[in-house]
Amino acid sequence: MITFDDVVKVYPGGSTAVDHLSLELPTGKMTVFVGPSGCGKTTSLRMINRMIEPTAGRILIDGKDVAGQDEALLRRGIGYVIQHAGLFPHRTVLDNVATVPLLLGKNRKEARAAALDLLDRVGLAPEFASRYPAQLSGGQQQRVGVARALAADPPVMLMDEPFSAVDPVVREGLHREFLRLQKDLGKTIAMVTHDIDEAIKLGDVVVILRQGGKLAQVGTPQELLDHPADEFVAEFVGRDRGLRSLSFDTAAALPVKPLPDDLVLDDAGRPEGWRTADGVRSTAGTFLTSDSLRLVTDLAIMSPVGIAVRVDAEGKADGVVPHHDLVDHLAARRGQK
Amino acid sequence: MSTYLSNNWDTILTALRQHIWLALLPVVIGFVIALPIGYLGVRFPWLYHPLVNTAGVLYSIPSLALFVFLPVLLGTKILSPLNIVVALTIYTVALLSRTVADGLRSVDDIIVQSATAMGYRRLRRLTDVELPVALPVILAGLRVATVSNISLVSVGALIGVGGLGQLFTRGFQLFYLEPIIVGIVLSVALAGLADLAIVLLQRLVTPWTRFQGSAA
Repeated sequence: MITFDDVVKVYPGGSTAVDHLSLELPTGKMTVFVGPSGCGKTTSLRMINRMIEPTAGRILIDGKDVAGQDEALLRRGIGYVIQHAGLFPHRTVLDNVATVPLLLGKNRKEARAAALDLLDRVGLAPEFASRYPAQLSGGQQQRVGVARALAADPPVMLMDEPFSAVDPVVREGLHREFLRLQKDLGKTIAMVTHDIDEAIKLGDVVVILRQGGKLAQVGTPQELLDHPADEFVAEFVGRDRGLRSLSFDTAAALPVKPLPDDLVLDDAGRPEGWRTADGVRSTAGTFLTSDSLRLVTDLAIMSPVGIAVRVDAEGKADGVVPHHDLVDHLAARRGQK
Repeated sequence: MSTYLSNNWDTILTALRQHIWLALLPVVIGFVIALPIGYLGVRFPWLYHPLVNTAGVLYSIPSLALFVFLPVLLGTKILSPLNIVVALTIYTVALLSRTVADGLRSVDDIIVQSATAMGYRRLRRLTDVELPVALPVILAGLRVATVSNISLVSVGALIGVGGLGQLFTRGFQLFYLEPIIVGIVLSVALAGLADLAIVLLQRLVTPWTRFQGSAA
């Protein structure tokens, strides 16, 4: 657990970057700091590994004040992923990844072997090991950056806008892989982004800061979407927060109706389309009970007959949700909140 | 020409040997001195401009004037090769301290920050990350300093110690073309070889620069 205990940072010019921040970042979870520029999110992150020293207050990692610890040793125990990856251009990918283990005194052979495993974990083929960073794409560099931060297996990781420099399609892929990786690793992560969508997608906990380094709200993504503390947060999380909140509820509780006759099935019972006056038209996709209400809503909108089709694990149709049933369910859901 | 060469072979070789060490010893000493000076110019940013200006002034002192005045300052004999070594070391320091500072400044701040965040202490960050990344800029400066020293040594012949430059003075005194030609050819060849050697060294120690700018 990382604890911010009444932390203040005032820069020499007199500007307050962080204003009496008290906060707990839970162990094994990903906490995302988000807010407009000048809200002190990067300053907050960098105070954890003492790249920036607070003016007042304490930061503790598992109860130990970071201020009392040797800076270099502290940092070797905290993974750091920097914006634009910040790889060392004069070292091969493999040696970049092996950086911290080598600083910790591991022998070169062991460190490189471990680094090769890590490349595999972040989805880079072994032939990348001997390349230099300049030979990689932005997305590949960022993967190496993540591998480098993980190399010494630190319990805590800091990520400073790690995915902001890559294009949206690549970012999407990196997000997916990172979530999968984090599910396996369970690191205590503090991440900074200016992108609220990224924060909501990746964060277990989201910390919204406002200009002047004041805490606006802390909560799970769904709490922020459903119950923004004030106008600022509501504005910041965006207009379609109602729709986005549906991403966090599964379709498990959604009642289904039996399959109607005009749903065309193949021999295995998989849906092929809807029989309409214009012939058989595609269902526009199907959902599983584990999918989100947002997907079901989307399917109901896209369906030629306004009905979303549910399938089981084998892909066989096992129920349908007409859009008015969906509306009733959403209304009931709102009543519970 | 061939009779000149065979009759004066020993003189020419001696002059060449002297030329080489008079030119290269200051490069080595100057580089060692310039490293910490250049580093200070980056470590303390307010030092950078004074450093660059001082270096510029030093480099603009005419070499002959320096060769003549150094004995007065150092108390050395006017014919001592030490004068040449010290003078050229001053030029080298002037050139390379700026080069080292500019090289270190050329290192992307993100790289320095990420090295710090990995847990490098200041000195090791300098030797393991900043200097290696600055090496292409520093080696480019080293090429200039080396070639410039090789050509400046000849000027020393006017005060009696000048490696291949002595062949020029002899040729002029005796109205005799051959030593001048030999002196020029050897001096140019020496500069070319030294330059080539540094280029090859650069290829060897900075293999990564070949891919820069080709990023996918």
